[in-house]
Amino acid sequence: MVEISQSHFNPRDVRSEFPVLNQELKQGRPVFLDSAASAQKPRAVIDKEQEVQEQYFANAYRGRYSFGARIDEELEGSREKIRTFLGATADSQIVFTAGTTLGLNQIAFGWGRGRVLAGDEIVISSMEHHANFVPWQQLAQESGATLKLLPLTEDGRLDATAFENVITKRTKIVAVCAMSNVLGTENPIGDLARLAHDAGAILVVDGAQSVPHSPTNVAADNIDFLVFSGHKVYGPTGVGVIYGRADRMEEIQPIIFGGHMIHRVSLDHSEWAESPARLEAGTLPIVQAIALGAAIDWVTQTGQASIHAHEHTLLTETTRRLMKIPGLTIYGPSPEYKGSIIAFRIADLHPEDLATMLDRRAVFTRHGHHCAMPLHALLGVSATTRASFAAYNTMEDVDSLIAGIEFARKKLRLA
Amino acid sequence: MSIDDILQEFEELLDWEEQCDFLIDLGFELPEFSSDLKRDENIVQGCQSRVWLVAQRVVEDGITVVRLQADSDAIIVKGLIAVLLAAYCGKTPQQILDRDIDALFERMGLNQHLSSTRRNGLHGMVQRIRGFAALHAV
Repeated sequence: MVEISQSHFNPRDVRSEFPVLNQELKQGRPVFLDSAASAQKPRAVIDKEQEVQEQYFANAYRGRYSFGARIDEELEGSREKIRTFLGATADSQIVFTAGTTLGLNQIAFGWGRGRVLAGDEIVISSMEHHANFVPWQQLAQESGATLKLLPLTEDGRLDATAFENVITKRTKIVAVCAMSNVLGTENPIGDLARLAHDAGAILVVDGAQSVPHSPTNVAADNIDFLVFSGHKVYGPTGVGVIYGRADRMEEIQPIIFGGHMIHRVSLDHSEWAESPARLEAGTLPIVQAIALGAAIDWVTQTGQASIHAHEHTLLTETTRRLMKIPGLTIYGPSPEYKGSIIAFRIADLHPEDLATMLDRRAVFTRHGHHCAMPLHALLGVSATTRASFAAYNTMEDVDSLIAGIEFARKKLRLA
Repeated sequence: MSIDDILQEFEELLDWEEQCDFLIDLGFELPEFSSDLKRDENIVQGCQSRVWLVAQRVVEDGITVVRLQADSDAIIVKGLIAVLLAAYCGKTPQQILDRDIDALFERMGLNQHLSSTRRNGLHGMVQRIRGFAALHAV
């Protein structure tokens, strides 16, 4: 991995690589604080997509003409970059899919169906996004297995004291996010992998939030499956990745059939291609999958450790300043336990009103349940406001957020 | 404020900044809603913020009209409620059914400034009011 020391990381230079942020809106300079939903794209990614479309586009793995050969080469190059980025050993462990949601469904039904039986247990946590909640709920319902939840501590971390009670010999799958999309909590993936394996279960990691912000090493953590989305890591929408440990890749079965995943079809039965192709049915999101490689290059060259350190500085400063605002509650642990997401509420200020007022100051935040209704039920609120940071955010963005909240408080007669 | 006064004022405002402030003012001026009416059966579905709406049929001077009370936990939604109440409250069921509310929102330029979830919420309130009016129209 190419690592640039933090002294070379200049947030303004990074920001200038993102065209969408370098425009002046009627309400001002855009302050984008919703990267946990989807990140903006650097010039390098936009250019790569354009290059593919303009210079050598063709379908993949089909044509033996020069465009087709170039596309195959670019796709495999992208796969290799992702393999290195995740710390995986073989390209056959990297599957292109549509995104985290499809990836988790593929694992639940391609690996879990037939292996998870009545009386077995599936363990998730109370902080999961619906994409890592509902597929397991569905699998539990159709198999007769029990869905169990790892409880949270008061400050929104996984309660480690409960791990051994919840994960038992009957557990077949432990599926958790490496970083919560609401609380920002970073979970102890290595520990959970050990506990899961000791119990005879596998560990499935929802890496949608963690992969863009912290270095991932699937081998060191001994993760069985990990999934992430391209669009949250500065890449295009419509593409995501499933990583599978070599043995799990042998075990997992396709749930979508046709196209490139086929080896042979006869009237009475069909055979599948080898991994990763057998999980890549239909035509891949070719342009997006190639440009995802450019996004991974961008993160690597910018320096993931530098990005993480920068985001953490913003997170810590924002937390410090938010805590001074009267009536403001932050949901989730202190910055040392989390990535660059802050969910909060201000007493007597509805998140919907706050979002509207912040938008008037060109500060773009997310409000609502963030696809985590069970977590919000646990928190006892129907909605929160979420500010999330990425490499391109700056201290001025933090100033704008705080000023925007003050503006909202004044206009809504709280100050 | 009558709906015509609201419309006139709204159209005189320069931009969304001022219109949004005006909606906030209307929200703060919305008549108080009794807390014992904040029951589940009065909740309007489809809103991201919570909205309560109570419709009553009353006879005033021998004419059947619809009286409305509503509230929300979000101020800008309360402002939108004030617009709806100005358009609908005290009107006969037939007048309610005859009003082209989409044209009103269009004139106010609200579609442009409200998120799709908020527009759905607004639509939910309109459906509730029109449903009540339809039950009581002759």
